Formats: sequence, C-alpha cells, structure tokens
Amino acid sequence: MQSDKQSSSPVMRILQSISDASLIPVLAILTAVILGGIIIKMVGGDPFLAYKGLIEGSLGSKKALSETAVWATPYIFAGLAVALAFKGGLFNIGAEGQLAVGAVFSALIGYALPEWLGFSLPIYIHLPLAIIIGMLMGGIWAGIVGALKAYTGGHEVINTIMMNYIALNTTSFLLNGVMKDKSPTNVIARTPLIAESARMPAIFDGLRVHWGFVLALLVAFFIWWLLNKTTLGFEIRTVGANPDAAQYAGINVKRTIILTMMLSGMLAGLAGSIEVTGLNYRHELGFSIGYGYDAIAIALLGRSHPLGVVLAALLFAAMRNGSSRMQFLTQMPVDLISVIQALILLFVAADAIIRYIYRIKSKGERVVLTRGWGG
Amino acid sequence: MTKKTSNTRKTGDTRKANENIVLEARGITKQFPGVLANDSVNFDLRKGEIHALLGENGAGKSTLMNLIYGLHHPDKGEVIVNGKTAVIQSPNDSIALGIGMVHQHFMLIPVFTVAENVMLGDETVKRGSLDRAAVSAKITEISKQYGLDVDPNAMVGSLPVGIQQRVEIVKTLYRNAEIVILDEPTAVLTPQEAEDLFRIMRDLTARGVSIIFITHKLKEVLAVADRITVMRAGRVINTVKPAETDSAQLANMMVGRQVILTVDKKDHKAEGEVLKVEGLSVRDQRNLETVHNVSFSVFGGEVLGIAGVQGNGQTELSEALTGLRSPAGGKVTIDGQDLTGKPPRTITEAGLAHIPEDRQRHGLVLSYSVADNMALCDYYHSPFSRRAVLQPKVFDENARKLIKSFDVRTPSPFVNAGKLSGGNQQKVIVARELSRSVKLVIANQPTRGLDVGSIEYIHSEIIKMRDRGVAVLLISAELDEIMALSDRIAVMYRGQIVAIVQSKKATREQLGLWMAGAHVETA
Amino acid sequence: MDWKRFSFIALIIIVLFGVVVMVGHTKQPPLLIITSMLATTIAVATPLTLGALSGVFCERAGVVNIGIEGMMLMAAFFGWVGAIYMFHVFELGIGISIALGVFFAVLTGAIMSLLHAALSITFKVDQIIGGTVINILAVGLTGFLNRQLFFGKLSVFGGTVPNSPGVLPTLHVPITELFTPICGAATTCLQNVQAINRVFDQKPIAIAAILLVFVSHYVLFNTRWGLRTRAVGEHPQAADTVGINVTKMRYANVIIGGMFAGLAGAYFTIESVPSFEPLLTNGRGFISLAAMIFGNWTPIGAWAAALVFGASQALQINMQIFRDVIPPQWAFLQQSYIVGLTPYILTMIILTGIIGKTTPPAADGVPYEK
Repeated sequence: MQSDKQSSSPVMRILQSISDASLIPVLAILTAVILGGIIIKMVGGDPFLAYKGLIEGSLGSKKALSETAVWATPYIFAGLAVALAFKGGLFNIGAEGQLAVGAVFSALIGYALPEWLGFSLPIYIHLPLAIIIGMLMGGIWAGIVGALKAYTGGHEVINTIMMNYIALNTTSFLLNGVMKDKSPTNVIARTPLIAESARMPAIFDGLRVHWGFVLALLVAFFIWWLLNKTTLGFEIRTVGANPDAAQYAGINVKRTIILTMMLSGMLAGLAGSIEVTGLNYRHELGFSIGYGYDAIAIALLGRSHPLGVVLAALLFAAMRNGSSRMQFLTQMPVDLISVIQALILLFVAADAIIRYIYRIKSKGERVVLTRGWGG
Repeated sequence: MTKKTSNTRKTGDTRKANENIVLEARGITKQFPGVLANDSVNFDLRKGEIHALLGENGAGKSTLMNLIYGLHHPDKGEVIVNGKTAVIQSPNDSIALGIGMVHQHFMLIPVFTVAENVMLGDETVKRGSLDRAAVSAKITEISKQYGLDVDPNAMVGSLPVGIQQRVEIVKTLYRNAEIVILDEPTAVLTPQEAEDLFRIMRDLTARGVSIIFITHKLKEVLAVADRITVMRAGRVINTVKPAETDSAQLANMMVGRQVILTVDKKDHKAEGEVLKVEGLSVRDQRNLETVHNVSFSVFGGEVLGIAGVQGNGQTELSEALTGLRSPAGGKVTIDGQDLTGKPPRTITEAGLAHIPEDRQRHGLVLSYSVADNMALCDYYHSPFSRRAVLQPKVFDENARKLIKSFDVRTPSPFVNAGKLSGGNQQKVIVARELSRSVKLVIANQPTRGLDVGSIEYIHSEIIKMRDRGVAVLLISAELDEIMALSDRIAVMYRGQIVAIVQSKKATREQLGLWMAGAHVETA
Repeated sequence: MDWKRFSFIALIIIVLFGVVVMVGHTKQPPLLIITSMLATTIAVATPLTLGALSGVFCERAGVVNIGIEGMMLMAAFFGWVGAIYMFHVFELGIGISIALGVFFAVLTGAIMSLLHAALSITFKVDQIIGGTVINILAVGLTGFLNRQLFFGKLSVFGGTVPNSPGVLPTLHVPITELFTPICGAATTCLQNVQAINRVFDQKPIAIAAILLVFVSHYVLFNTRWGLRTRAVGEHPQAADTVGINVTKMRYANVIIGGMFAGLAGAYFTIESVPSFEPLLTNGRGFISLAAMIFGNWTPIGAWAAALVFGASQALQINMQIFRDVIPPQWAFLQQSYIVGLTPYILTMIILTGIIGKTTPPAADGVPYEK
C-alpha cells in the first residue's frame, strides 16, 4: 500500500489515469489489427492494401471525414447508453431495441404530426419534438427493464435481449402495416419521409454530416459532467460499484436502477431519433440491426468513459466507413470489419490476454461490470 | 522478545523426541504480494498432543496451515510428515498423508446432505451411482466411536453451526486423518459449546490423533493445549508449555509490547432514553422470522452490549434498526421520533451513526477514494454539494481533516479504499460515522478481524462517544469485547433477548449459559 | 421444480394447444391438430432443450454462459459448411457427410466453449462480458466466412453456394404397423393411430435431446461427476479443500455444455433445414437460458420449460397453416409478428419470479480465487 506512490498534483493524476486507462485499449486495437492482417493474408488478400483502403476511405477526403462523422453519430449515442448503464452496474444489451423504438416514434412524429394537426409546424418546434419523443420512448422502453430489475430482480441482460426481439417484431408489424410508406412504388418495410420541418440541417453544403454529430459530442460532455460532478452521478456510480453500500449510504437503490436504465434508454433512443431526423428522414426496417452489439464493444473499448466512448465510436465509424473502399481495392468483404471489431472487443474484455502478450503488470482491482442471476 | 529462553524447545531435540514427531515444518517462507506471510517458520507436532498456534489476525497462522494442507505452496522450506519429506501439491496429497483440516469458514455445501458433504472428493460409488447408504453407515459408525452425533441425511444448511463443525470433524475422520488442524474453531461457539469441543479434542488425542489448534484467544490455549507456539508478523516467536506461562506473557509475545487487557473506562451516568425498541420482529431474506418480539432501550452515555453466538438474529436486528431491512412488526424510536421501517437516510438524519457488520459490503465502496468514502453519507447536502453539484474541494478538506484526527494510514485521500489494510478501512468508516454529530451509535462487530492496535483504538473511540453522552449499541460475538466495553449487557438467543444485566454483575459463565439458551427471567 | 411451476407449464401448453384447436377444428379433426402440434412442439423445442442443458452444465459448475447463442450460431455454420465440404470437396457419401456435419457442429461448440472457459476461468473475465464477446465474434465470423468460403479468392466453390447434402432423416417408430392388425378394418382407429404415430416420428437430434435430458439428470444427481460438478458451482473452495481440481471441473463442464450447444446448432442446419443464413438462431440461445432458469437449473425442469417455448413456436407455425380459417375476432393471430412475441413475453414473465423464485448455484458467475 505504501509503496504505491500516487502523485497528489491533480494534473499529474489526470495524465497518469489517462495513460493507465488507454494503454490496454490501444494495445488491444493494435493486436486485433495485426490479427486482422493475418486473416486477410490467409484468405488471399493484401493486408497493407486493405488497411490503406480503410484509412483512405475513412479519412482521405472531406467527404470521407464527413461520412465517418455520420457513422460515428449513432455510435456515440448508443455507446454512451451502454457506458452509462455499466457505470450504474447494469448491462444494457438492449440498445438495439431502444434505438429502434426511438427511431419509430421520431419518424411517426416527423411524418404524421402535421397531418394530425392539419397544419405544418415550424422547425424549432417540430424537430425538437420529434427528437425528444423518440428519446423518451427509448427511455421508457429501457425503463421497463429497469423496473423489472428493481422490483422483481429479473435480470436485465435477458430482459433487454427479449425487449430487442419484441421491438424488432413490433416495428416489423408497424412498418409492414399502419406505418408503411403507402407510395405505390414502395415494396420495402419503411415509413414515409418525415416533413421538412422535422429534418436536421446539414453543417456544410454538399456533405451529409449534420448537427446531430455536434449534439452527440455535447451529450457526451454532459454525461461526463452528470456522472462525475453531480449528486445523481455519484448515486449512479455508487449503486454500480456497491449496491449494498449505496443502500447503507441512504441512496434509493431501486429508484436509481430505474433512472439509470431510463437514461441509458434515452441515449439509445436518441441514436435512433438522430438517424431519422438527421440522416435517413425515415425509419426503415433492418437499419438498426447490429447497433446494440457495436455499442457494447464501443462502451467496453472506451472503458465506459464518455471521452473514451467518443474515441472508440470514431474508430468504429472510421472502420465501417472505410470498409467499402477496402472492399473496392482488395475484394475483402466488409464483414471482415466485424471480425476485427470482435477481436478488439475480445482483447479489451480479456485484458489479461493483452497483459500476458505485452507483459504488463496489473495494477488495481478488477472492474466488476455485471453480476450473476441471483435473486 | 521474551527472556524466558528456557521454555524454548530447540529444533533437533533428542532422538527420542523426534520419534514422536508426526509433522514438522522447517524454514517455511511464503511471500504474498506486499506481505511476507511466513518468514522461516519452524513448527512441529508430536503424536497425540494438542499444539496450539497462537497469534493475532494476520500473524501468518492460517497461511502456515494452508501451506501444510496444500492449498498454497511455500516459496522456501519443507514439510516432514512421519519422518519423510512430504511433497504436498494439493489437498489430495495432504489427505493421503493423513492430514485433515477444519477451516475457520466451514468448507461445507449448504444444499448438500451431511453424507454428500462428507464423501465429496472421496466418493463411494457402486455401479456408477453414488452409494449414499454405505457412506451414511460409515458416518454413523464414526459418530458412535468419537461421540460426534450427526444425522447423515440432514441438509447441512439447516444445521446449527455447532453441528456443522462436527460434520467438518467427521469429514477429516472419514478420510482417516491422524493429524487434524482446527482453524479458529471456537469463534462461532458459545463458551459451553467450546467446552464440548475441547472434550472432543481430548477424546481424539486419547485415540492417537494429533491436533493443531489455531486461535487468538489466550484463555483457550491455556485451558486445552499441551504446547503453545506463538506467531507474530509471519515469524515464530516462541514455543512454550501452558504450565510455564501466563496470559500476560503470551499477550506480550503475540503483540510485541505490553498489552492492557482491560479497557480504561470511567463510571458514567446514563441519562435519557435515546433508542427505544418495542416488540420488534424481523424476517430474513428466506422470509424466516429471525428476530422475535424484541424490546430494549439504550440511554445516552451508556454502552449496551448485545452478546450472542453469531447467527442468532443480531444481523437482522441491526439491519432493522438502521433501515437496511423493513421490520415485520414492532416499533423503533430515536429520541421519541418514530423511525420504524424508515429508509436509512431518514434514520441517519435522525442522529444515527452506523458501523456495519460487513465493512467491505456495506461500509465502503472499495473502488472509491478515501475522500469519497468519507463523504458517502453526506455527499447530497451542503457543503458537500450545492444544487445537486458536488464540491470536490469540500470532499478533499473533509478527508484530510478526518485522516489526521482519526490517524488513518493512507498515502493520500485519493487512494482507493480497497488498497488500505483492514484496520485502516475500518478507521475510514469510524471516522466518517463518529465525526458527525449523532445521538446514537450502532456498532456491529466493529473490531472483527483487526489487529490489536486497531482494536484498542476503536474501543477507545467508542468509549469516547459514550463519555460524550451518546448512546451506544454494541453488537459483538466476542464476549470479552462485550464485557470490556458495555455498561449493560443483553444476551440474544434465537432471535430473542433472553436476559439484560448490569455489566458489573455479569459473569462469563452466566452469560455463556444464556447464550446457549438457558432461559432466565431478566435479571 | 415445484408443483406451482409444473402446473403453470401445463396451463400454458393447454392454452396454446386450445387456441389452435379452436381455430383449426373446422379444417382438421382435433386429435390430428393436437398430435401435429405435439410433434412440432417436440421438434422445435430441440435446440432450446439442448441449449438449456448446455446452460445447466456450465452454471451448475459455476460459469454463467450467455454465449450459448453464439455457440449455436457458429456450430450451425460449421456443421453445415463441414457437411458441404465432405460432400462436394472430399466427395464422401450423403449419409457420412451429414453425420460428419453433426460431428463438426459439436466440435465447434466445444471449441467455442473452450474459449469461453479460458476467458471466464483462466482470465477471469466478467462472465457475461465473455459470453457477449462470444456472441459478437460468432456473428462477425459466420458473416465473414459465409461470404469468403464461397465467394472469396481462394474459394473452391468459385462464387456459388452448393447444395448441402441434405438433412437428417425422420426415424419412424412403427406404432402404426403394430396397430394395423388390431384396428383391422376400422379406418378411424387406424387414422387415430397414424396421428399419434406422428408424435413419435422424430429426427435423431430431437430424440437425442430427450434422452440427454434424462442422462444429464442422472449424471448430475447420482454420480461422482455430478456431485463434484455441483460442489464447484456451489462452493468451489470447499471442493478445493477436499482435493477436487476446481479449474479442471469447470473447464470440463463448460466444454460439455459447449458440445450440447453445438448439437443444438446442428439442429438448425442439419436436422431442420439444409441451409444457413446469418443470425438464424434468432435469440433461441437466450430463450434457452430462460428455460434453464425457469427449470431451476435442473435438466428435467429446463426441458419442461423448453417445451412451453416450443409450444408457443408451434402455435406460430400452425397459425400459418390455419390462416384462412381464423375467425375475424381472432384476426391478430394472423399476424405472425404478434404471435411471435409469445416466447419473449413468456420469458420476461418467468424472470419476474411471480411463478416461483428460483435459486442459482451459489457460486454461479464468480471466478474462483484461492
């Protein structure tokens, strides 16, 4: 204990903790990229050309950068959703479902509200309304799981997964039925386009990057502030770190669990809302598939820290965005990116493997993110 | 330390003595991260003797035994069993050498029957199936032979701890153990049950079994041991015979300095009823009523000690009083304010300081800094936060002040509580709880597992509170602690307060009888 | 398993069957509907039963396994690909190719579970995270290889997906043959016997799953292996002190569990249909876990719970058959998306514990540290 010297200067402490926290993720990415290269070689591709394509496709031009930001936007929101839940001791595998619910409701408000009202709304009312309704519905969707956890002990892992399938089935039902785009040429399960007044403006002319990206960065900062600087954040973290001590300290544990889950769902719902209002201008079945798992990987890679989540989301976005250029250059299928991302996740989760490979000594106690089925 | 070298039994005695030695540990050294748990330890055990291994928590007794039993491996040194150097890689090897161990925390599976627990690892199998009948028969036979009455078909989880301990002893005998290690066996027993255990131990030695008896209780070693080896900070200090020593000398060897065995406590007048408990009943998580209709009061300026063997409802009682568990019936008031079934925060704000039984589970967030832990119950109000925004400066100042005044040994307030030693972790809790202005202190097992220095410190803090006119409810399974600190003593047995007496009039024997369930009207 | 839960299971199955009989009785005789529902229930419950057994072995030994979904998916893929390679590349016979496909599926399950065991036992990774890693890895790898093996540069198939050698045959239990002389000329008798016969005519993995339920029960509760497995899941330290190698026991049981998940994977691409599509397991690995929990970590209980989920899936399948005769007031039953919600909602209801709390093994999910 005494030998473990800690600097008391706040700046040094922060620098130290950044380098401690980023070491394993950086090495995990490095290792996964090397392994990915070996896989590319094994299936007859040129790893250097493939990675060159990946970088060019994601960073090589204004348009590439814009598209990376477009990809990153939902990743940041969904990653924050999972990260916030982790901080509160909850594992939200349901970002996918919450995102779909948020998207469906944003789309509904976006295309149907003017019809119901019989007049069009100004953008400063219609757009925020579409976003907020989507966000809240995502929060309620996740809040159900939170309430089940708090009052019955039903484990959130299985319940969020079940809610994913329920969301998927229900949106299929809606998008093939009452909410289906009725235009005669349409055969796809998708909603009509939302009104102009519910669309988020682009930041630059001719590029798809929209204000949603800026909003994502602001929200990330807000979540960091909420978690670390407010009493609510203290309560969420305490319940996450030790629910028994939280109860002892007078924190309402049940309420905090429900609140954490709702906040997490709201972030995931935002991911869906922003995709609808900022990018696609409608909700289409199947667009949300896979986001839930990507969000888990991003939250883990970002060590559940909002800044880490933003960086991890940018990395994943760059890989997704660059993969089509990679495919064009080397004929490597874009699914390769999923494999590399899964490997990154494997190494981040099993940091013992990385520590073993690079002979890094473990400092500090193991982070417990989830608990068993108990109760 | 001690000058009485005449008592030291030098290694390599006469040939004749060596023939009797069934187990010998030579030069055992074991390093754990940050701790030298065993430092060139020498120890031997003669056939048919009870050899006590005495030392305070963390002296290295359990480590030495775990090395002999094969749960850990020594860095240096060797173990010699029956004259041969033994290679002990795992408990399998030690069991094969005839060594059995009864652990401090029982190694029993509550959802298995006695027979299943006993046979586990050494199963009798007939045509692929477990032969439960054969095992039961053998257990019954051992029970009769050694006077260890157990029902082979009972579920272990439903048995009282005293009986569970017997199951553990039967487990070793089932494996034909000739050397039995008992690790702190009396911690969970009443004085009478302990006497019963000592009888069983003497019976066993009479039949040629040799026993290593690990304890930190001086009275017990003097009563039962043939020889006593004292350990301190990973080293063997001395080996003595009970007839040639006394409590004071043993305590001196254990701690390395003079120990005042009694707490310095002035007479103090108790005034004003602070905590009043009327007809309180509490259910545990299995929904069994573990506290029945309990009534008592604690007055300002007094320590009411609740004595009792662990698991007689003390945990649920303190949880109900502090708001961690809703009572099933009855009434709890502090200074006249009805707090029955209120959440912990309301009770805390009514003037409660709570030193919880399980410091790592309830009392601390181990991954939080010392500063955050010291503000754990106050973070939400001014000056620790303003308009729901935390004030880190206040956290920091508060921590520095408390670290200084409660002598918490930590490199800085930013160190995680999990990195502190047990004694310092407890001091963080004590500092947080006792620095507030409170009317009532509920301290549950406040010194369990701590070193003597920390114990003395926490005892003196509790007495300080009492002298300041605060009401103190002390719950402890250590009868010595209860007797040293309390002004009045209540005895809890099977969820009821069976007696309340003035501390001065109480005797160990009488308290022990009550703890064992001999019902008496309130004295 | 207590009576409350068994009666709940019976009730749900009766309700589900009742709905189908009510809807379909104008089209088919009730006996025929019930037997066909039963036959479907048993068949579609197969991967759930095996998945739940997989969970029982892992968790009885103290390792939480939410990676069963991914293990099934990987096994389904490699079983199918294995059978195709054996048939087209190594030009083995149809029967042997299919049999080897099953073998590859089980082997894949074992390998994936070895990874899970390494993560959770050796590297002490949070077990739910470890399982999630397996699931994500499975989605990524099967998606990548599904394209690469058939359309990649080095593919032996040159850009086409060849037909798989086929699926496992139905094993016929000769009840009808036995009863033909007894029934004689009575045609209704023979028809009824034929209807009942359908329940027993199942495919090999379905039959194996039921046998494995009882074998697992016996192993867990009556053998040395079972006693030690349960011991390391309840109190690993106690097992360690009597000389049981906790690590070995846990590894072995997780790998056994993985083999069960592998066999469940084989059900999808070798027993049910001869093709693979990404994400085909569709959450059944997770539903298996719910069955395991509802069955209180016992093989027979888990099987009973799996049958409930099987029945709700059978309802969905039968509603498509009776689509045209669904009365207007029951119109929602036409919507497969809505009927398809049943297993997921059932799972959530079960997890609330209102039908009886269950108790996991005490050391479930806790890495063992000496």
